[in-house]
Amino acid sequence: MDPLVRINSTAVPLPIEDIDTDQIIPARFLKAITRDGFGENLFRDWRYGKSDQPKADFVLNSDIYSGQILVAGRNFGCGSSREHAAWALHDYGFRIVISSFFADIFKGNALNNGLLPITVTDAQLDYIFQEIEKNPEHVFDVDVEAQTLTVTKDLEVKFEIDEYKKECLLKGYDDIDYLLSIDEEISRFEEKQVIY
Amino acid sequence: MNTLFDKIWDQHVVTEIKGGRQVIYIDQHYIHEVTSPQAFAGLEKRDITLRRKDKIIATADHNVPTKNQHLPISEPLSKKQVSTLMRNCEKFDVTCYGLGHEKQGIVHVIGPELGITKPGMTIVCGDSHTSTHGAFGCIAFGIGTSQVEQVMASQCLILNKPKTMRITVNGKLQRGVSSKDIVLYIISKLTAAGGTGHFIEFAGDAITDLSMEARMTVCNMSIEMGARGGMIAPDQKTWDYIKGREHAPKADKWNEALAYWKTLYTDAEAVFDTEHTFEASDISPMLTYGTNPGMGIKIDTHIPETENQKALDYMGLSTGESLIGKKVEHVFIGSCTNSRIEDLRLVAEFVKGKQKADHISAMIVPGSKAVEAQAIEEGLDKIFEAAGFELREPGCSACLGMNEDKVPAGEYCVSTSNRNFEGRQGPGARTILASPLTAAATAVAGVIVDVRKELN
Ligand code: SF4
Repeated sequence: MDPLVRINSTAVPLPIEDIDTDQIIPARFLKAITRDGFGENLFRDWRYGKSDQPKADFVLNSDIYSGQILVAGRNFGCGSSREHAAWALHDYGFRIVISSFFADIFKGNALNNGLLPITVTDAQLDYIFQEIEKNPEHVFDVDVEAQTLTVTKDLEVKFEIDEYKKECLLKGYDDIDYLLSIDEEISRFEEKQVIY
Repeated sequence: MNTLFDKIWDQHVVTEIKGGRQVIYIDQHYIHEVTSPQAFAGLEKRDITLRRKDKIIATADHNVPTKNQHLPISEPLSKKQVSTLMRNCEKFDVTCYGLGHEKQGIVHVIGPELGITKPGMTIVCGDSHTSTHGAFGCIAFGIGTSQVEQVMASQCLILNKPKTMRITVNGKLQRGVSSKDIVLYIISKLTAAGGTGHFIEFAGDAITDLSMEARMTVCNMSIEMGARGGMIAPDQKTWDYIKGREHAPKADKWNEALAYWKTLYTDAEAVFDTEHTFEASDISPMLTYGTNPGMGIKIDTHIPETENQKALDYMGLSTGESLIGKKVEHVFIGSCTNSRIEDLRLVAEFVKGKQKADHISAMIVPGSKAVEAQAIEEGLDKIFEAAGFELREPGCSACLGMNEDKVPAGEYCVSTSNRNFEGRQGPGARTILASPLTAAATAVAGVIVDVRKELN
């Protein structure tokens, strides 16, 4: 996993609520056997029309917005547990997703892939959308160490992230590295466990 | 004083790590072709192998065709995914019930059927509807592919303990109302995000009255309220279901297991983080009208005002409309929500001697080879055929349209599956979630009907 320490970037707004993972990456694109290349089909059905022509009104096809930060409406990533959703976002180039609420499994999957979900309040989210609308070139600053998202001089959000996951992000470690390091403890647990 | 969830969870804590996360031991791991290839590849990249190959069972379900399963899969990418699963299972020596195997089926149908899913266990699968298994009084939940790899490598996961929620449903259901309606009703009340961060225990006499199959339907859809999973305390019905199945404990082991399983209930004074209570008599047959499972109504009410106009536009429906009498083109009976033998029996009983409407395509996809065989043994296939319903071979099928079974754009499908997301059953497909009985009655009438009126 690549470490994620600090991001200075413009953001892409997607002010839609309840974006489920079937929209992020439709099921018919889950047939790959590697983790690569999912970015091409990110938001496929919103992004492309029937004959694969880009839909001009979808934000990923606009010339105005770009960046490593996606800002989305409440309850982002609900639905299927497919990790492909996190891979697709990451592969497309996003490293941060900002929303006022994330579905649990998505959040876990994102963190396991070096994609940081930042939860803000509904009011802060509205403010962020307004800032992007006012100025699509507006640059946001995310400092993982300090756990801050700086929107403007008036709004600095101190976001939550648990200590363990923060260290993983900063160092680029994943859970397997840790679990393999406690192998003996797991063996001791297995010895005493009775299961039927 | 502990909840059922706490009892099982606490027993599986290997160790605690900083930030409050816990390392949880996983007793059973199910895998399928879609979310496992990258995990196997990850192991190979790290040059490690499975920690416990005895705790993993594989099947091919998401991609498989539901016609002519004896022939090679024609869709090249599906074929590749299924053959990659077979190859990985061979290489890592994993038990695999692949296409054509007599034990093949939807992963959440075969686990219970084979007696692998048992009370008190921790169970995971790279699939959100792993929550289904919670009907047996175990902690079962869906995970992402990185976590599939973690469990393969260490038999453990690093997790935050979720909050607990109890949903109690009291009283008796009306005739024609089933467990699917219970869960669609609950989701319509609590919304598609109402259970987020929680693990749900379903309780109350309307729940304990349900068969094991019907309990699985409820737990299956707990994920559709955003919950991590759902569970039901095990009881006599649970023991009766498990006893004698292939992986059930035998002889003395059975008695030992039973003694332990009987300790698995929520203590009287245990406190849940959140509680909700509903009355069974308040539940009608349910339908969804939007593009998430929380957008549901009682069949005898009208589509309410919604801020989600996009969903109504997609569905071609409007506020104030009643769905009764709505013409639909497709009926899909299947998926890990409603494809067990009991569902098929219920549908057969209803359609016996009737005919589907001419313009309807009605497809029944059994959850497993075993369900298919049982249906044929009981002569249900003949009943379906006579009524114009097509009985297919097992798989996920039109639940997510990864194989050929798709609903064409703009057409309506009354479906017994669990998700009505945009494009879930095929690009542009319009899904209306319902119970198997409502689906069957709709196929016969050609338009959506209130099955309660058809039963008298
Ligand atoms: S039947 Fe549908 S919900 Fe169930 S495992 Fe298959 S795709 Fe997932």
